[in-house]
Amino acid sequence: MNAYTGKILYVDLTTGSYRTASFDETLSKNYIGGTGFGVKMLIDHLKPGIDALDPENPLIYVSGAVSGTMVPCTASKFGVFAKSPATGFLGEAYSTGRWGAELRMAGYDILVITGKAKKPVYLWINDNSVQIKNAVHLWGKTTTCETEEAIRKELGDQDIRVSCIGQAGENLCKFACIINDHYRAAGRTGLGAVMGSKNLKGVALRGTNSVTVAEPDELVKMCKDLYERAKGPATVKYRTLGTAANMLTMNAQAALPTRNYQSATFENAEKVSGERIKEEFVVKTQGCSACPCRCEHIAIAKEGEYKGAVARIEYEPLMAMGPHCGVDDPNAIIKGIEISNQYGMDAISIGIVVGFAMECYEKGLITKEQTGGLELNFGDGHAMVEFAKMIALREGIGDVFAEGCKGAAKIIGGGSEKFANHIKGLEMTGYDIRGLKTAALGYAVSRRGADHQRHGSYGHDLGGKVDRYKAEPARGKIVMADEDLYCILDSIIICKFTRGIWNGPYDDIARVYSLVTGIPMTGEELRKTGERISNLARLFNIREGLTRKDDTLPYRTMNDPIPDGVAKGSYVSQEELDLMLDAYYEARGWSNRGVPSDEKLDELGLSDYAAIAAQAR
Amino acid sequence: MHKFVSVDIKKCSGCRVCEYICSMDKTKAFNPNHSRIRVSRLYPHTNAALNCRLCEDAPCVTACPRKALTQTEETGVIAVNDNLCNGCGWCVKVCDFGAIAIDPKPTVRICDLCSEREEGPCCIEWCPEEALELTTNDILAQKARIEAIQRLEQASGENR
Repeated sequence: MNAYTGKILYVDLTTGSYRTASFDETLSKNYIGGTGFGVKMLIDHLKPGIDALDPENPLIYVSGAVSGTMVPCTASKFGVFAKSPATGFLGEAYSTGRWGAELRMAGYDILVITGKAKKPVYLWINDNSVQIKNAVHLWGKTTTCETEEAIRKELGDQDIRVSCIGQAGENLCKFACIINDHYRAAGRTGLGAVMGSKNLKGVALRGTNSVTVAEPDELVKMCKDLYERAKGPATVKYRTLGTAANMLTMNAQAALPTRNYQSATFENAEKVSGERIKEEFVVKTQGCSACPCRCEHIAIAKEGEYKGAVARIEYEPLMAMGPHCGVDDPNAIIKGIEISNQYGMDAISIGIVVGFAMECYEKGLITKEQTGGLELNFGDGHAMVEFAKMIALREGIGDVFAEGCKGAAKIIGGGSEKFANHIKGLEMTGYDIRGLKTAALGYAVSRRGADHQRHGSYGHDLGGKVDRYKAEPARGKIVMADEDLYCILDSIIICKFTRGIWNGPYDDIARVYSLVTGIPMTGEELRKTGERISNLARLFNIREGLTRKDDTLPYRTMNDPIPDGVAKGSYVSQEELDLMLDAYYEARGWSNRGVPSDEKLDELGLSDYAAIAAQAR
Repeated sequence: MHKFVSVDIKKCSGCRVCEYICSMDKTKAFNPNHSRIRVSRLYPHTNAALNCRLCEDAPCVTACPRKALTQTEETGVIAVNDNLCNGCGWCVKVCDFGAIAIDPKPTVRICDLCSEREEGPCCIEWCPEEALELTTNDILAQKARIEAIQRLEQASGENR
């Protein structure tokens, strides 16, 4: 095998020991890397039913199949997996920057961390050397400046890459994330809390091994072509305004989550538009390793109490802390994103949770006494920022909201679950899916909870390829195809911002895979592998107790019609959802309870896991 | 005046494509540690690729105790004699730009402007930001003068 190191590093923090193991081409060919490796390792290593914060929940890092090569926008990618504290189901998140390539160069494709250290520690992997280092002095510190840079300084090497948690992870906030390379996050499903539960502050890496490829000359030739495409129209949005360009598009489409989804348009969207942020706040655009597109739009707050705050701008956090909280001041939003980055919180979830808290405040379910004197009103940027900090530090009632929308609604009661916008316990993202029916199905069945990144099915609705307001059986096949493709993108791991540069797209991807690894692969085999990974992930969730009832949408999505804009009156009824779910399950070869059939498992080479399906039938 | 590969810090995005292609060109494998051009990123948003600037009377050549480094008169490229170099690192110590490193051991690697490549340095060809160029200190000074004058012009225009 080329590119693959064929090595897994197991670290047990309870005993302070580690060992390595080998894997062969069977795993590579059938599961590729990234998502495939993550799901496979997790289902094979997790003791079914244990709590997500149990020391035995394995925290698994994986590199992509082509990590460490110059295939555009893949070099630096990695995935993190564990049972999710937010959902109790599959926890998965992806990040980028430089860390992913370094893992492979250090000699490993997979890192599995179990157990719990007695005192705070960080892991220091320097090629063959694996050390568990004291991190007592780093506990309670922020990510980038106080941990990442501090570790580089204390180990005396500026090329060390660090993936670490902030206070939110230490405090077991249910949507804590893991930060690396200054601005990048393995953001969703609360994996930072898993790290925190292990008394693990971070993983520092330095790798010096070369990444060899099977066909260097052919690969470089193909890369030349891919680089040209990556500098062309397929990525222009990401290179210019970045995803923040979505702000005005979503507003015009009445798909912009505003004031905790009370509305789908924001009257001040112009004030927080990608256009304005780029013009007035972005100071530099930089990129990940081996990226010809570069999309890290770094913005600095210019005035007011948050002057000088630094953040990487993306649509999702901008939406979550902006319109979703009714906030129209970019300075406060930049500070909010900085807080989520430095304290280590999923920058989507924190915005959704603060917006949820604002509606609780509006409805009198929480009081000014409980917020420590903060007037937690929609539109108040100061309150948004300060409350986000209270959540990270679990101060006052911030402690309740650190449980996420689902957990907080349970504690607060008073009907708040009717406006707690989450799916399976994971907070909603920046698409108001009441008027995006294909996306609604994608969100309902997403294995990690509310998510646009497991399928990208909003593209069909917003692109006008289907009637966005109509629920129909054909959406089942569409979502299935999207999910299987995204499994492959996340296994190779290819940045989704460049998904438009791959012709086929499976054929181009299979060709690159073969040129890099030397393992023969066709587009059709890859597609099948995507389906295999989707099914294995489903089995994982079923084993953790998932049923058809969990494939659902937030109460508000199903009961409160969009009050304004072009999508006015839209919502997703139970009948509509059931119709699409039935079609989706059928397309997948699953029973109407959402359980894969034995025939399907056989076809995908997953019969070893048939007992999980049998038990659920 | 020697020509060398120079970076425009305003354009450099820190993507390391130069490192990847350089290591592939020289070693047939990907490894930024083996690249002749190296990228540094400083928080919050500074990026720059640095490599040999082909100094006149290069201090690395003078410092080498084994006379393993020689500077070609015509191009200024510093050639490493692998038979003489033992990786002692004195050249690394005296280079103000950190443009020399000892990896893979035991010999040093220094940018040779891809002298065997007709198209010139591959890092320049591949840089997605067009942040790298083959230039001389004279040309860089000329550009700086023009920029300074443009700033002066702008300032006096605003004062009118």
